[in-house]
Amino acid sequence: MHELSVTQSLLEAASDYAKKHKAKTVLSVNLIIGDLSGFIDESVQFYWDYISKQTIFENSALNIQHRKAKLFCNACEEEFFLERDLIPCPNCNSINLKIISGNEFQLESIEIET
Amino acid sequence: MPKNKIRIVENILNANDQVAQENRNYFDSKNIFAINIMASPGSGKTSVILKTIEMLDGIRHIAVIEGDTAPVTIDSERISQKNIPVVQINTAGNCHLDALMVRRGIEQLNLDQVDLLIIENVGNLICPAVFDLGAQYSIVIASIPEGDDKPYKYPNIYRGMDCLLLNKIDLLPYQDFNMQYFNQGINILNPGVEIFPLSAKTGEGFENWIKWIELKTAQKSK
Repeated sequence: MHELSVTQSLLEAASDYAKKHKAKTVLSVNLIIGDLSGFIDESVQFYWDYISKQTIFENSALNIQHRKAKLFCNACEEEFFLERDLIPCPNCNSINLKIISGNEFQLESIEIET
Repeated sequence: MPKNKIRIVENILNANDQVAQENRNYFDSKNIFAINIMASPGSGKTSVILKTIEMLDGIRHIAVIEGDTAPVTIDSERISQKNIPVVQINTAGNCHLDALMVRRGIEQLNLDQVDLLIIENVGNLICPAVFDLGAQYSIVIASIPEGDDKPYKYPNIYRGMDCLLLNKIDLLPYQDFNMQYFNQGINILNPGVEIFPLSAKTGEGFENWIKWIELKTAQKSK
């Protein structure tokens, strides 16, 4: 349920940009969620629908794009994507890994009419 | 009406991260070592903190910020019996502390003499992992009855930590806890992280943890 506070922050950030660009209508808000971020789409959507009522975002689409977790193996310098569970490096079996991406909770863009 | 796509690419946790950075600067300026203790409910957070306070009595000046989801003061009362500054933050149902709540906690405490600030987060393995509080170190308490699979089920919290306390090791003879499996999960997420197996009940293993925390605090409060 930590999605509520972060969805509120998302709404605030998107509002700032909409105002700055003098939006009359916001058609869509595009969000990137990394697979390792710990945020769940359905919860974000649920809170978004609730808190965006009676704002400029009431009728705008919230599009969520996923980003897979990408890891770098410090031992053999191979990069690989995590499909599901945490695994050692598929190339050399090392567990000395670094996360390159997958932590995102990022406002990517908004589409507006001015 | 003209349509326009505005490219933004902004990390949404930035507002929290900014306040967290201000907290961190504040701790640095006051030479305070602040630690964020995260764990599931019932892992023994408060018991570990109480034992730590006891063992550092007379060595370090400690203060505690207690996060709880409901206005119950059981934990803060147990800690204030130790005669150290403690403030309770009621998150009003929220599942985690954030940087702003911690700042409000700081404002209510006199930290002039304090060199170690212990922040007890809300009992939860998911949400607290996402919110930086500005503490210099994040410490996770796991416990034997929770099971050996927790690193695999809640990777985020173990990934961001600087030190792990494995509590209730006195219960090992009664539980099917595969230490090797547990350690492997921790190592994938956080290679080389410091792990202290201990028991807040028997005191076993506390010496190493106290030595570590005392060293870190000393380095900070110079």
